[in-house]
Amino acid sequence: MPVNIIEKIEVKYLQIINEKGEADPNLIPSVSDDEITRFFETIILARAFNQRALSLQREGRIGTYASILGQEASQVGSALAFSVEDWLFPSFRESGVLVAKGYPMWMLYRYWAGDERGMKCPENLNIFPMSVPVGTHVPHATGAAWAMKLKGHRKAAGVYFGDGGSSKGDFHEGLNFAGVFKAPVVFLCQNNQWAISVPRSLQTAAKTIAQKAYAHGFEGIQVDGNDAAAVYKATKDAVEKAKNGGGPTLIECFTYRLDDHTTADDASRYRAKEEVEAWRAKEPLVRLRLYLEKKGKWTKEYEEGVTKKAQESVDAEIKKAEAYPPPDPADLIRYTYAELTPRQKKEMKESGWGS
Amino acid sequence: MGKLNIVGAINSALSEEMERDRDVIVIGEDVGRDGGVFRVTEGLLAKFGPERIIDTPLSELGIIGAAIGLAAYGMKPVAEIQFMGFLYAGLEQVFSHAVRIRSRSRGRFSVPMVIRTPYGIGIKPPELHSESSEALFCHMPGIKVVVPSTPYNAKGLLKSAIRDPDTVLFMEPSRLYRSIKADVPDGDYTVPLGRASIHQEGRDLTVVSWGTMLHRASEAAEGFDAEIIDLMTLKPFDEEAVLTSVKKTGRLVIVHEAPRIAGFGAEVAALVAEEAIEYLKAPVLRVAGLEAVVPMARLEDYYMPSLERIRKAYEKVMRY
Repeated sequence: MPVNIIEKIEVKYLQIINEKGEADPNLIPSVSDDEITRFFETIILARAFNQRALSLQREGRIGTYASILGQEASQVGSALAFSVEDWLFPSFRESGVLVAKGYPMWMLYRYWAGDERGMKCPENLNIFPMSVPVGTHVPHATGAAWAMKLKGHRKAAGVYFGDGGSSKGDFHEGLNFAGVFKAPVVFLCQNNQWAISVPRSLQTAAKTIAQKAYAHGFEGIQVDGNDAAAVYKATKDAVEKAKNGGGPTLIECFTYRLDDHTTADDASRYRAKEEVEAWRAKEPLVRLRLYLEKKGKWTKEYEEGVTKKAQESVDAEIKKAEAYPPPDPADLIRYTYAELTPRQKKEMKESGWGS
Repeated sequence: MGKLNIVGAINSALSEEMERDRDVIVIGEDVGRDGGVFRVTEGLLAKFGPERIIDTPLSELGIIGAAIGLAAYGMKPVAEIQFMGFLYAGLEQVFSHAVRIRSRSRGRFSVPMVIRTPYGIGIKPPELHSESSEALFCHMPGIKVVVPSTPYNAKGLLKSAIRDPDTVLFMEPSRLYRSIKADVPDGDYTVPLGRASIHQEGRDLTVVSWGTMLHRASEAAEGFDAEIIDLMTLKPFDEEAVLTSVKKTGRLVIVHEAPRIAGFGAEVAALVAEEAIEYLKAPVLRVAGLEAVVPMARLEDYYMPSLERIRKAYEKVMRY
């Protein structure tokens, strides 16, 4: 019997603007300069949010926080490609996604300071509360997308997780269902190379995470995750495809976590300074700055203005967060079920809390 | 009014709820063409089509995980897990997500879904097909746990579960699926969650049980003036019904199939110890499964509470 090749896969890699700020002439027309300006300004805002979160943690004003430094293009570029009616399912390291979608920053600061009310998504957005258990929220996005399809709504779901999350069964089961039921969902792997101290090479023997999509019957693509334009285009295409009935897509954003895993971690214990510095040179803002400068759309004063505005906005949000009244202790019981159980009513009464 | 067994009663509840509410869908392994391994969903595919009676990949985690997203978006998924032991593969989805999303989002999102699964010893199957793990779920705030015991309450409770705004685990006693036939009204009625039913009134002794064991506890009560309470909903359970009865009889025996240690009977006993100890004439006794892995067919009769073990407990409390 001859041995025949019955399936071949090809994994594409997309980069539009390289680290020197040079754009691919064939691809760049798909992203406008206004959009690139928006990426630039939104990344500055996300970075300002992130930087202040880190200082607030050091000052004891919020709890443990997971920094997004270095991953802003993957987060902002993808988030801006979704429409407001789409549903997003973030992990715990997605401040850039939330800030880009206009999630109130004061609520995020409240959340990181230990107040669940910060995850009560405003009615004008559809963002699920961030998932702390790694990768286990992937099937939720599949389910929501499947529901959109069953109800005939022209929408998509997007779900964010990391390279570590791609090792979970939940990731595979979520992708498998999405493939079988052709759910309009975009899987956004934020491959930041490190799951706390475990490198990407120990998560999977596969060359890419993107290729795992093919085992589930749909397309996967790896993009330069520090290139906001590439992430945006890949996500936009995937969202369009999903809404047009083309089913799911897996996008692997190839990026790097420049900071520690969280404020409770010390990354110098497990990775070399040289590696971090090499990636710092490739961080997302640098290339956008160079690109915009070449187009005559960047000056030092312009960036200073954007930065100042971002910092002022973050300061105002922190003020609002810290002035917000403490939560009602009864909240901890109140949201367990739609209605209080008789036992809960008793516990409320015994604790001296209103019903 | 027609005579139905529990399989038929559940089928009828599903069918009526799907007619009532087009967001109700059934998902699970073999629920479509095959009508489920116990034939509970038989005929539903022909009636409602493959967009509402949906065969899924063999993936319990995927079924429950996707059902969370389906429910959060506004569908009403009824997920069938073929056997309770297979639900272990999806436990993290239940414990870390389904029961927490309302609280985590402070009410913005919720997960109104039903997980149906057969439980308990009854069909002489391979390992992990006979689990009775209700206590695991009862311990977890945010879920409701329901166990029917008759065709009538199976239909009415499932309808309530489907209409409930929270995640409900609906444990179907596999041993009873086809062994009891009884009158079940055609058309709509519900049996409310959170309320027990007095299966039999009595004066000397309160017996608390549910599901399969209710019938054995009841049979063992012959010759005793026992008040038998069918809890039906374990979470949240009808504390009032138990206390009222124990205050009347002064004696309590709890009968369940699951192992004794940290079994749900401990919760019932603790309630009585906390709130009605002065009414007790005798120690509270539990008759339960043994501290052992649920066995296969050859040893199952030794594992389950037997009529004799239950009677001995009744006799013992009556000596006081």
